[in-house]
Amino acid sequence: MLKDLIHSSIDDESKPYWDGLKEEKLLIQYCDDCQQHIFYPRTICPHCFSEKIKWQESCGTGKIYSYTVVHQAFGPFKSEAPFVVGIIELDEGVRMMSRILADKDQIAIDQRVSVIFSKVEDEVVLPYFQVIE
Amino acid sequence: MKSDRIAAIVGVAESDLGKTPGKNVLQLQAQAAKLVLEDAGLTKDDIDAVFTAGNWAWAPNLMLAEYLGIQPKYTDSTNIGGSSFEAHVGHAVAGIQAGLFEVALITYGSTNRSSPSNSSYKSALTAQYELPYGLPTPVGAYALAAMRHMHQYGTTSEQLAEIAVATRKWAALNERAYMREEISIEDVLNSRKVAEPLHLLDCCLVTDGGGAVIVASSNVASKLNKKPVWILGHGESHSHNTIVNMPDFTATSARESGKRAFEMAGIRHHEIDVAEIYDSFTITVLLTLESLGFCKPGEGGAFVSGQRTAPGGDFPMNTNGGGLSYCHPGMYGIFLLIEATRQLRGECSARQVENAKLALVHGTGGVLSSTSTVILGRD
Repeated sequence: MLKDLIHSSIDDESKPYWDGLKEEKLLIQYCDDCQQHIFYPRTICPHCFSEKIKWQESCGTGKIYSYTVVHQAFGPFKSEAPFVVGIIELDEGVRMMSRILADKDQIAIDQRVSVIFSKVEDEVVLPYFQVIE
Repeated sequence: MKSDRIAAIVGVAESDLGKTPGKNVLQLQAQAAKLVLEDAGLTKDDIDAVFTAGNWAWAPNLMLAEYLGIQPKYTDSTNIGGSSFEAHVGHAVAGIQAGLFEVALITYGSTNRSSPSNSSYKSALTAQYELPYGLPTPVGAYALAAMRHMHQYGTTSEQLAEIAVATRKWAALNERAYMREEISIEDVLNSRKVAEPLHLLDCCLVTDGGGAVIVASSNVASKLNKKPVWILGHGESHSHNTIVNMPDFTATSARESGKRAFEMAGIRHHEIDVAEIYDSFTITVLLTLESLGFCKPGEGGAFVSGQRTAPGGDFPMNTNGGGLSYCHPGMYGIFLLIEATRQLRGECSARQVENAKLALVHGTGGVLSSTSTVILGRD
């Protein structure tokens, strides 16, 4: 189900991101003109409209901007609850949504985290995050 | 007030609300449309502009206007979520001011309770970077905003619960409200957690229902029996689509839409007699009050404390019982306009805010994504 969901979404714009995850690389983008990082992947820079955008591997560390413990989930995720969804601010400055794999008492806003690549289904690797010191 | 009297709301109506099994979205809108014409004292042939928003057809305006037998000379299906209808009012004023039409019908209908849709899993595009994590939408997104606000400002679950409790007190005074039994702050805190920090009673209802509003030129409005409710100011904006891309999780684009609406109306915050503020979740209201400038960033919790927004409080808000307790059929914005108009006409009996002259209506759509503000006033 999750595999179908992701595979039906992938297009030429997003394929490098999903391919990167299979190789355990978290790929974000960088604009050569305004020198800012970009996530999610685009073909035009949302800051300056430049098309000089290149892929770059993220350092994979950052901090929690916000999080929620989900008790009521839907569709393919219903049976997984409770789980923690977080907004991660990567050290490059961009934000992404992810799961945070940690005990609830370890999780707090501004807590440092690092990426771990989780093979959730055949051919599906997602960038989850774990707490670091 | 410096605003010109360009256009007014001259009719408002609800369809059946709550649970409406056996009725589809077209029937609900037709029912509301018939009632709204009666309320306004106009006929179907007077309508020359059609506005609706929904995801029940690939081109909702075509299906609805065909069903109602209307061939409009102006059509607008702007869909920015629950705040669409406040945007429609603004667009109708602009069209009337430009001389393009004189009478606009705005409708909405939803069978969200009887036939819930699962459309969120189709054509992901930019949502592909979020869907795999299983965040329940929209509640999870609002929970993320609430958690951030608590972290940044020390806002508490008790303060959010104040909003749910006060809103239920208004619902108790409205016989059309879906949930009318009084609740306490403890009831909210003890209701089950949906997505922390939000509890079940922090969340709006899921109901069926429809509504309609007629906006007319001052020329038409001045000839009708009921007193016009003038549209004095309007502003709209949107800052993001998915929650990750919200620039600051503690502030909405109400900062912009509200500022423009107040400037256009030429009035100040303290002049507002009654506020109808979209309450998809308790946190929606708190962020909106701050972003509109009724209090400073971070002071929303203190602002709503002590049942200030309840009947008898000094800031009457969501006087029909809101999305939290009256009805919430998917996109609630049209009901804010209906209630504000009735308050300014003095039609609200038990829940009437005494001598209400100026009302603020504020819609929020998506996941705190879009905002649209309307300021209404009577002569």
